[in-house]
Amino acid sequence: MSLTNEHIKQRLADKFGDQVSGFEESFGVLSFIAPKELNLKVMQFLFDDEELRFRFLTDLTAVHYPDRSGEELAVVYHLYNFQDRVRLRFKVYTATAAPQVFTATALYESANWMERETYDFFGVDFVGHPNLKRILNVDEMTYFPMRKEFPLEDPLRVDKDDEMFGR
Amino acid sequence: MARPVQYNTKVKTVEIPEGYSGEGFFATSFDRVIGLARKNSIWPLPFATSCCGIEFMATMASNYDMARFGAERMAFTPRQCDLLMVMGTIAKKMGPVLRQVYLQMAEPRWVMAVGACASSGGIFDTYSVLQGIDQVIPVDVYVPGCPPRPEAIIDGFMNIQQLVHNESLRRRHTDRYKELMTSYGIE
Ligand code: SF4
Repeated sequence: MSLTNEHIKQRLADKFGDQVSGFEESFGVLSFIAPKELNLKVMQFLFDDEELRFRFLTDLTAVHYPDRSGEELAVVYHLYNFQDRVRLRFKVYTATAAPQVFTATALYESANWMERETYDFFGVDFVGHPNLKRILNVDEMTYFPMRKEFPLEDPLRVDKDDEMFGR
Repeated sequence: MARPVQYNTKVKTVEIPEGYSGEGFFATSFDRVIGLARKNSIWPLPFATSCCGIEFMATMASNYDMARFGAERMAFTPRQCDLLMVMGTIAKKMGPVLRQVYLQMAEPRWVMAVGACASSGGIFDTYSVLQGIDQVIPVDVYVPGCPPRPEAIIDGFMNIQQLVHNESLRRRHTDRYKELMTSYGIE
């Protein structure tokens, strides 16, 4: 029997009760929301379970929602089950004021660089990461460019004449 | 019957610099002769990072043929080159590399910024792109365009030639030049 989204949802609900929420399905991929303290427990469960076997981390990134005060940053995990070819996505929310999230590097090696990238662009502080420093941007950068409070254009430019740029 | 092998009758020569000539001698200043020689044998160092680099390849290839200006020899070691041609988007992370390459070039050296990106950051007005290479190294000639046509690059190159020809041989000892270098924090 192949693994269905309903079944995954059932297993998660049995294990974590109403701590996991926001189940929805888009393009055939189940997604849900977990509390950030539980992110490792949820992943460990999905990894270890003989039926679920989500043993590959496809992607890890973050999204900034400036309007959701207290939980502005969403860290998104994309998991994959190779045997049954099933994908799964889940998010944990955290505040920009306290962007600490446990690292997934102990479970998935591939999390290492992706967490560094997420730190680089969104400033998510992955607790326990072995080498959490910028990976793509210059080391001297003092801000996290993908957060929406930072202007899209380079704020250091002095040669911009608003008149010429039609603003 | 025409000879099967032709020899080139269209050899182009540059004009003799101003000076005094008599029977068996010709006298002029070093400035003029050396300027002339340098101008017609520039060794460019292409620093091509993106689309403008492709345009540069067209400039070097047979249709436009920059070799006509004596710039046949592309060199890829900065120590041998006189002209740094920066073509393409320079990311902030690339800035120190570019500067290092410039520092490795021996005097006299010239820099040409080809395209909007190298000159001003171009359309990439973002957190990751250097807003013009003149933030890290001094530039002699800017070529506008996104990308500039080969004609424009050649025009820029000819402007460099004018500079090479007319500048004082000891440009690097002038106060103005020293001041410029100090403003970039270069010895
Ligand atoms: S100026 Fe235009 S063509 Fe040249 S590197 Fe920039 S984007 Fe590409």
